[in-house]
This record gives sequence, C-alpha cells and structure tokens, in this order.
Amino acid sequence: MTRLMKHRLFWPVFSLLALIVINTIARPQFIKITMRDGEFYGALIDILRNCAPLMLVALGMTLVIATRGIDLSVGAVMAVSGAVTLTIIDGSSSPGSTSTVLVAILAGIGVSLVLGLWNGFLVAVLDIQPIIATLVLMLAGRGVALLITDGFITTVNSEPLNFVATGYLFALPFALFIWLAAAAAIAIVERRTALGVLTEAVGINPEASRLAGVRSRGIILGAYVASGTLAGIAGIIYSSNIRAADANAAGDLIELYAILAVVLGGTSLMGGKFTIAGTVIGVLIIQTLDSTILFLGVSSAQSPVFFAIVVVIVVLIQSPRVHQWGRALTGGFRTRPGTEVRNDAEVTA
Amino acid sequence: MHAETEVAPLVEMRGITIQFPGVLALDHVDFCLRAGEVHSIMGENGAGKSTLIKALTGVYSIDSGTILVGGEERVFGSTADAQAAGISTVYQEVNLCTNLSVGENVMLGHEPRNLRGIDWRATHREAARYLADLGVHLDTHTLLSSHSIAIQQLVAISRAMVLDSRVLILDEPTSSLDRDEVDQLFAVVRDLRAKGVAIIFISHFLDQVYEISDRITVLRNGQLVGEYCAQDLPRADLVTKMIGKVLEELDDIATSAERTIDRSAAPLLRATGIGKRGVLSPADLDVYDGEVVGIAGLLGSGRTELVRLVYGADRADAGHFELHGEPAKLTSPRHAIDHRIAFSSENRREEGIIADLTVGENIALGIQARRGWLRKLRGAEYDAVVAEYIAALGVRPADPNRLAGTLSGGNQQKVLLARWLATAPELIILDEPTRGIDVGAKADIQRKVAELSHQGLSVIFISSELEEVLRLAQRVVVMRDRHQIGVLDSSDVDVDGLIDYMANQGDAQSEGSVA
Amino acid sequence: MSTTTVTAPRARLASYSRTFLDRHSSMMPTFAALLIFIALLIGAEMHFGNFLTPLNMSALLLNYAYLLILAVGMTFVIITGGIDLSVGSVMAFTGISCAKLLGEGYSAAVVIPAILLGGAAIGLLIGVLVQYFDVQPFIASLAGLFLARGLAFVVSLSSIRVENESVLWLQTTRWRFGEWYITPTGILALSVAAIGAFVLAFTRFGRTVYAVGGNEQSARLMGLNVARTKVLVYVISGVCGGLAGLVLTAYSGAGYPRNGIGTELDVIAAVVIGGTLLTGGTGYVLGSVIGVLVFATINTIIAYEGAEQAWTRIIIGLMLLMFIVVQRVIVVRSERRR
Repeated sequence: MTRLMKHRLFWPVFSLLALIVINTIARPQFIKITMRDGEFYGALIDILRNCAPLMLVALGMTLVIATRGIDLSVGAVMAVSGAVTLTIIDGSSSPGSTSTVLVAILAGIGVSLVLGLWNGFLVAVLDIQPIIATLVLMLAGRGVALLITDGFITTVNSEPLNFVATGYLFALPFALFIWLAAAAAIAIVERRTALGVLTEAVGINPEASRLAGVRSRGIILGAYVASGTLAGIAGIIYSSNIRAADANAAGDLIELYAILAVVLGGTSLMGGKFTIAGTVIGVLIIQTLDSTILFLGVSSAQSPVFFAIVVVIVVLIQSPRVHQWGRALTGGFRTRPGTEVRNDAEVTA
Repeated sequence: MHAETEVAPLVEMRGITIQFPGVLALDHVDFCLRAGEVHSIMGENGAGKSTLIKALTGVYSIDSGTILVGGEERVFGSTADAQAAGISTVYQEVNLCTNLSVGENVMLGHEPRNLRGIDWRATHREAARYLADLGVHLDTHTLLSSHSIAIQQLVAISRAMVLDSRVLILDEPTSSLDRDEVDQLFAVVRDLRAKGVAIIFISHFLDQVYEISDRITVLRNGQLVGEYCAQDLPRADLVTKMIGKVLEELDDIATSAERTIDRSAAPLLRATGIGKRGVLSPADLDVYDGEVVGIAGLLGSGRTELVRLVYGADRADAGHFELHGEPAKLTSPRHAIDHRIAFSSENRREEGIIADLTVGENIALGIQARRGWLRKLRGAEYDAVVAEYIAALGVRPADPNRLAGTLSGGNQQKVLLARWLATAPELIILDEPTRGIDVGAKADIQRKVAELSHQGLSVIFISSELEEVLRLAQRVVVMRDRHQIGVLDSSDVDVDGLIDYMANQGDAQSEGSVA
Repeated sequence: MSTTTVTAPRARLASYSRTFLDRHSSMMPTFAALLIFIALLIGAEMHFGNFLTPLNMSALLLNYAYLLILAVGMTFVIITGGIDLSVGSVMAFTGISCAKLLGEGYSAAVVIPAILLGGAAIGLLIGVLVQYFDVQPFIASLAGLFLARGLAFVVSLSSIRVENESVLWLQTTRWRFGEWYITPTGILALSVAAIGAFVLAFTRFGRTVYAVGGNEQSARLMGLNVARTKVLVYVISGVCGGLAGLVLTAYSGAGYPRNGIGTELDVIAAVVIGGTLLTGGTGYVLGSVIGVLVFATINTIIAYEGAEQAWTRIIIGLMLLMFIVVQRVIVVRSERRR
C-alpha cells in the first residue's frame, strides 16, 4: 500500500477518482452512460469530449515544461489557427466539401507549427527566457487572429468541420480519438526513442547535457514546435465546436489551465522528469472539476475561485516547507532556518 | 603580536554538532577565536570548514553545542543576526549585488538618511572613506560589475567595516586573485588585525596560510584535529594532519610517469596558439597516443579555460587544432565528441551529473547523445553497457536505477567517468576528477587513469594536487595567470620543484602582454 | 591595452562616455524608450498634423491613469525578479466591489480603504506563497489572478453603475491650464508614480528591492530583510491594483467584472518597454511611466488612423520583441567582456 502511495501518479489518480465518486453520490446520473442511436452519451462522455482542446494544449505544455520552459502563447496560437482555418473555409466556394476542410485544417496546423518554431527559435537559438519569449506571441498572436478575421467573429457552417468537435466515431466522440491519438503518439515517441530521456536531461541540467553532447537546441526547438502544433489543432477543435472563429475568446486563459493540469499531473515546473499519463489525468481532473462546479449551480464565470483554491492547495502540497511541517508532525526532524540551502552543503563543505 | 591565552576569546564555539541527512558534518567541534589574530581553518574538501563558518554566521542552525561571542551565549537565526553581533563574512564568490554601484554595495542597509530619504551624496562620501581606509580609491558611482573580483572583495571587506565587525571571515578570498592583489588584500588584513579585528582565514594555498596566520585549526571529516600556533607547525605536519593516512594508501598506484611515450607519429591532438580574448593567452598543447598530460596551475590559472577551449565548451578565437596530423575544427562539444574527445568538468554537480536521472541513464547519456534520439539504447544492450561500467569503475551502490544525485561525490565522479569511457574515446580530459571525494574513490580513479593510459587512451589530467599530477602524467603543462608558462617532463621535477616553477618561472612573459 | 594608439581627444571623449556608461548603463533602455516616445509623437504629428494638441496629450493621462498605477506596482515586483499576473483581475475585483459597496450606500470614505485593503490582501497571499512556500511568482500570481477574477464575478455577474458623487468627482472634475487639463485621477496616478519613484530611489526598502533582484542570495548574506521585501512588493502591487480599480470605476462610471482581462500583459509590456529587465535588478518607475505613455500613444495613433485595434497588440508585441532582443544582446556583450 505504501508503495502504491509513493507512486508519482497516486495522488492525481486518487483525486480524479475522489471527484468522480463525490459527483456520483451528489447526482447518480453523473456516472450513467446511455446509448442513443448507436452513440454513447452522458456526463463522463461529455468530459472526455470537452477536454480535447485543453488536453492537446496541456500535452504540448508538458513537453515544453520538461525542457525548463513555458509556453504562454498557446491561447493566441489557438486563436490564429482557428482564424486561418475558418477564414479559408468561409472564403471557399464549397465550404461543405471534405477536401476544402482538410486543406483549411492543414493550413491552420501549418501556421501553428510555424508559430511554434518561432517560439522555439527565440528560446533555443536566441537564448531568451521562455516566459518573455512566448509573451511576445501571446500579445501579438490575438492581434494577428483579429486581422485575419477582420475583427469579426467568422461563423461557418460546414459539415466536415462540425464533425471534428461534435462528430462520433465507433460510438464515441471523434474529439476523444484526436486527443487519445496525440497522447499515445507523444508517449510512444518519448519513451520508445531516446527523446524522453534526452528531454529530461536537458530540463534537469542544460549545461551538463550540452557538455555530454546532447543536441539540446534541437530538443528545445522540437518541444515548442510540438506545443504550437498541438495548440493549433486545439484551436480548430474549439472553432469547430462553436462553429466560429472568435479571436478574442478562443483559448482565453487556456495557458493557465494547461500549466495547472501539467502540475496537477505531477510534472514539476522546474523541468526535467515529466509524465504524459499524469498530464492526461490532470486535464481530466480539471474538466471534472469544471463540470462539478457547473453542477453546483455556480456560474462558470465564478469557477476561477475554485481553481485558485486548487492551485494553492497543489503548490502547498509540493512546497518543501509543508513537507518539513509534515515531517515535524510525524516526529523526528526539527524545522530550522536555512534548510533550503542545505542541499548544496556537500559541495561547499 | 600574537594574541596569547590571557586574552579572553572573542568567539568561542563549544561542542558544535551539525547533522545533514546521512552525514555528520560537524562532530563536537570546538573553535576559539581571539581579538587581533588571524586564525586559519584548514582541512580538505568536506572536512567541515564551510559548515563551521556557516554555523557561526547563522546560515545553519546547530544541532548541539554553544556559541559564545564576547563571553555571552548567542543563537543566530540568520546572517543578519550574526552581522548585528559583529560577525561578517566575505565569500569566495563575492556575495554582493553586481547590479548596484560600488558605494551602494558598501553602504546598503546603512545609508545615511535625511528628511528626503537616503542622502546619496553622504552615502557615496562615506563609502569612499571606508574604501580609502583600505587603500582603495575609485569612483563609488560605478557599477560593481565593472570591477575585478579583487576590488569586489575589498568592497565586501569595507562593507564589513561599515557594519563595525569585530570578526571578519574570509572564505577562500584569494583563489581568483593574482599575486599583487593578494598582497593588497593581506596588507588590509594585517591592518585590520592591528586594529583588533579577529580574522578567520580559509584558503587552499599553504603559502598564504603561513604568510598571514597566527594560529591554525585543523579539521578532518567533521572532527577537530587540533589548534596550533602557525609558527610551531611545520608544513609537512599540517598536511599530514589534514589528510590523515592518505599518502600511504595511494603509494601502491603504479607511477605511470616513467613510462616512455612513442612520439614519432603525429600527435593525437595538437593545439597551436589557441586562446580567447580576456580568457586565455594563446597556448600550445600536444597529446600523443597513450600519453597522460598533466596541467598544473592554481584555480583560475587558465587550466580549466584551456581544456574547455580544446573541448569546444567555449569557443577559441585564436589558434588551430590538428588531430592525427589533420587540421580539425573543434568549436563545440559535438565536434569534440565526434572526434572521440571526452571532457569531464571540474564542476561535477552543475556541468556533469544529471542529478534526477538514474545512474544507468547518466552512464548511457554519452552513448545516447552520440547515437541521436531516434536510436535508443535499450533493453539488453542498455543493461549490458550500464552493468559493465558500473563494475569496471566500482560505482557504489551498484544500483543502476538509483538517482545519480543521491550518490556520494566520488561515486558521481565514477559515473561521469563511466559515461565517457562507454563512448570509447581516444582522448579524455579530466578536470579535477579527484576533488572533494573520499580517499578510496580517489585511489580508484587514479588507478583507472593509469590503467587506461597503459591501454593506449590519451588523457589530459588536471588536479590541484600536484603529487597526483606528477604521479600520473608523463608531461606537465604549467599555467599561471591565464598564460602557459612552460611544459615540463614529470621525471625531471618533484612537487617542490613544480611549485617553484609555477610560482617563479616565466615572470617575464606574464608582465608583458595581457590577453 | 593594445588600443592606446588612438588620438588623445578622441580617447578622452571615449573615456568620458565610458564613465557615463559605467555609471548609467542601466538607464540606457529607459533613454531608448524616451526616444521612441518622442519619435512616435513627432511621427504622428507629421502624419496627422493635428496630433500633438494639449487636448490629446491630456487625454493620454486621463485614459490610461489606471494602467500607469498598475505599472508602478508591477515595476516593484519585476525589479525583485518576480512577476504579478493578478493585477488585471485585482483591478476588476476591487472595481466591482467598489461599485457594489457604494450602491449599498456605504460612504466613499469607507469603501476606498476597504478595496485597497482587498487588493493588499490578494497581494499578501501571493507574496506569502512566493516567499514562504517557495512557489514560483508566475504560479502564485496565477492563483491570485484566478481568485480575484472569480471573486469579481462572485460580487456581481454584470456591471453596476456608480452614482456616488465623490467617486465620480475623481473623473469629471477638469482642472484646466489653458487648453491642458488634468483630472483628480490623473493627479492620483502621477502621485503614485512619484511616490513609487521616491521609494525606489530614496529609501532603504527601495534599495533592498534592487538588491533582491540583483542577487537574492547575496542580499540575504548582506543581512538585508529579503523576506519582508519580497512579500511587500506583492502587497504594493495589490494596493496599486486596488487604486486602479477605483480609478477605472470612476472613469467608466461603473464596475464591471470583465474589466482588465489581459491587462496584466499590457502592464508587463509597458514596464519592459520602459527599460525594466524581466530578470530583475534594473528598472525605473520613470521608465514605466514612459512605457505606459508609449503604449497609450500607439493606441491613440491607431484610433486616429481608424485602423483595426488589433494592430495595437501586434505593434506592442513587436516592440516587446525588439526590447528583449536588444536586452539580450546587451547581456551577451557584457558577459563576453568579463
């Protein structure tokens, strides 16, 4: 049991299960999944479907955070990719045709890839602090999206586009398959190749990695490209869901929720060791919490208060000082000043 | 001059014990400091010198024992407390704010104020006065970062004087100073001693310790060895007290120094006139197959800078390289690794070990970086490589899944060595591989280096311990003040000869041009 | 030195300029921002012909008083090497609280201290998380952002009109000097800037702010009160958020829980454009004032031009990029020199 508790995914999984149990007790229909016209429906299915944009963004964010970085521009990239895709469909003569939609989606993803490359260039090549480097695009990106849509909310009615967010495949939402595929692809690439361990090496100790011959520049660049691309796909799903490109609302605050999901999943913001499974669970926790708050009759506008409390609790649990208190309570160690400098005692002694 | 026992001690530390997780850093150590003396604390890395200082200055709290200052028992919760009690420290890596002006650094927190807040004119006037007391005259408005480390150190001492300190701790103050700067510092120290300030001096340089100290306290492995009058303690005795029984244990290592190296073929590496402006004057370096080339010089002499240029960790802006007689470009670690050159940094924690990866992952990292991310070393192949090198170097504990950061310094060093040996290099550069590690690991590593060079591996070996350099290397490149001052055959010279050469040779060159 | 062969007068000039640079190198980015501001004004005047009017210039301060107040608080935080993402939300929270409390009949003399206290409380929370629980400023202030934004909607989901005379007076009063005018909110903003500048330059607390940003470890070893300083800068930023909430409520005659979404980015951009380094240790309130003016001028020019407001964000983003690249180059240069 204690070994199970020590597993890094224990607390995230525990929190998710606890949330589901609490919800089920409060409203039994929460757990119920019904079959209608050969398609599954229910609160849980909704969660799995609605979490897709956040999931994609959080997966990319995990990679970026693993390299000791952060990508603030994901929301803006979502807005741009949605704007590009929908503007192309809107402008085409046959908005309903699958090929038009495919071209438009590829264009949207392509643009996001370039934006990710831009972030990566600033961070990996020009060596600019990630927060600052991605702040540029965070500021300018929405402006670009607004220019693309001429400042309007571009609405589009196109069957193939609608399918992306609301369609069903094999009785399950299509959006679920998108994020499952993304998560699986990332997990496989990171773990079956050496990319995962090299990413962690760069995140834990960039200088040592460089001297060990690791091509950290390429790895960091790749993480931002992945983050940008995934945010682009997220933007398209978002637009498909509301059937419009809304340059102001698309991905608003999503960078913050994505970071929260990554941290909830157990990846440290200091970079290094990361877990894709943890991030998936983190996103599901956030989405379930969101659904819970909604159920409680709280206006969705007020839900940030709850997330603030979650953030505070999570960071407190991770804080070394609280760990110390925990140890002090369970006996043994005394707390004392200056403990945080202790770690380097061996080198300086 | 010497303070004798009838003077009441200014600081008395009794039975100080500090426990770190897994290590007893200080074990009932007594220490006594009198007004108007310079008291050196000596000991090898890990002996507990810094820990003792940090206990006195309130950085660490003590687990047991008492600290008396001026006869009164004191408990310091922070550096500020200690400073208020008149105890100030000047650290090796000067702990001032380089983004502020010199004057501010001297006065920060103690600026003269008037009704309109800080009186800047008075602040700079005061700062200039304190600096002038130490014989330093400069524009106090300039940024601290625009001055040399030596000046910054004097600024830090002036700051201690502003705080009206009775105890001044100098922690490795001379390690990056040249001789003139050391003289200037020592003049200041003598002056303060005459004024009754008690000074704790910590340095690796024996000469300087004997030059300035009245009294010496020796620590070893967190325990007090003893307190001595400097003039009554011969050097050899001091060294023996510091290192204990080390010397005998290392004696059985085959001295490879006498081995003859075939220098008829083109050297494996020939560096001609490599240098970098402001970092290293152009230097030459030849390494032949199977040869161990030592680099001797003090910390900051340019020894690390030289090998970093060879490895491409820093980019040389002058000179050129030949490998096996062919011109080669060495401008990044990748180039060096592609040419089968490996480099283990002196800064193990920051530039070597990836603390949160396992021992196995750390060992495999070198190979993996060579192979690229697509071809992952895994399964049986990975296990075999990791097991082989853990065994070959005797990494303890021999658990490949343990986090590397939890190993002792010596074992981390072995892991690093393993990482590089696994890539089958032709030349390996070892910068201070034996610093701060225990004697057993030290002997293991020396033995391994000797063994590898017998098998034909070329090694560049840097160490502050000159005996080690002379024992392992066939030739020794001597550095001083970021200049190469000569290359010696190790069979022609002993430790004292080498020290003498380092100290006195090549004065002519270093006076002339500055890089 | 191998370059001593330069002719004497030039050498002397060079040495003067070097002394100046040695002493004031940290002010260079602020000078650059000032030049950009002047260039913007001249360019706009040449383009429009009727831009540099007293009315326009007075309106700059009137319209962006809230941004100026936020920027002063943010300057403190960023100089310590931190960041405060919560300012826009705090402004919305305090603004809507102000409108709500006034609507319920409390007097301004009670309401104004109350909302300042509210802002301070959120700042205190962030500061304590950062200092005592080792939470990264980015994350701690993110919690503050969520909290304040949520609380704003808890207070009210829709906007609330303000009819309180004394609060509206802050905005409607125009003190005129010829064609120039200034409102009490403008005076408030300028006072905040003046007080901020004074505290940073002439108090020990202010100097500790710089020391912490330069090297926190050193500051601690120098015996400075690092903990109190770090908590206090977030409290200051929170109080500024409260004041900005008051000013914005007065400006728009209403409290609105959606105010200030994304404002934290505008504030950070203005502060950085004004020459404060995001890495901490260098910066001036005066620079931030200029940064806000640059921001405000660009906005006004775009409105004048009748162009898409989206351009503001793009131009500010590009300007930010230019500044951080230049700062990066300066840092790389100085590293190379050492």
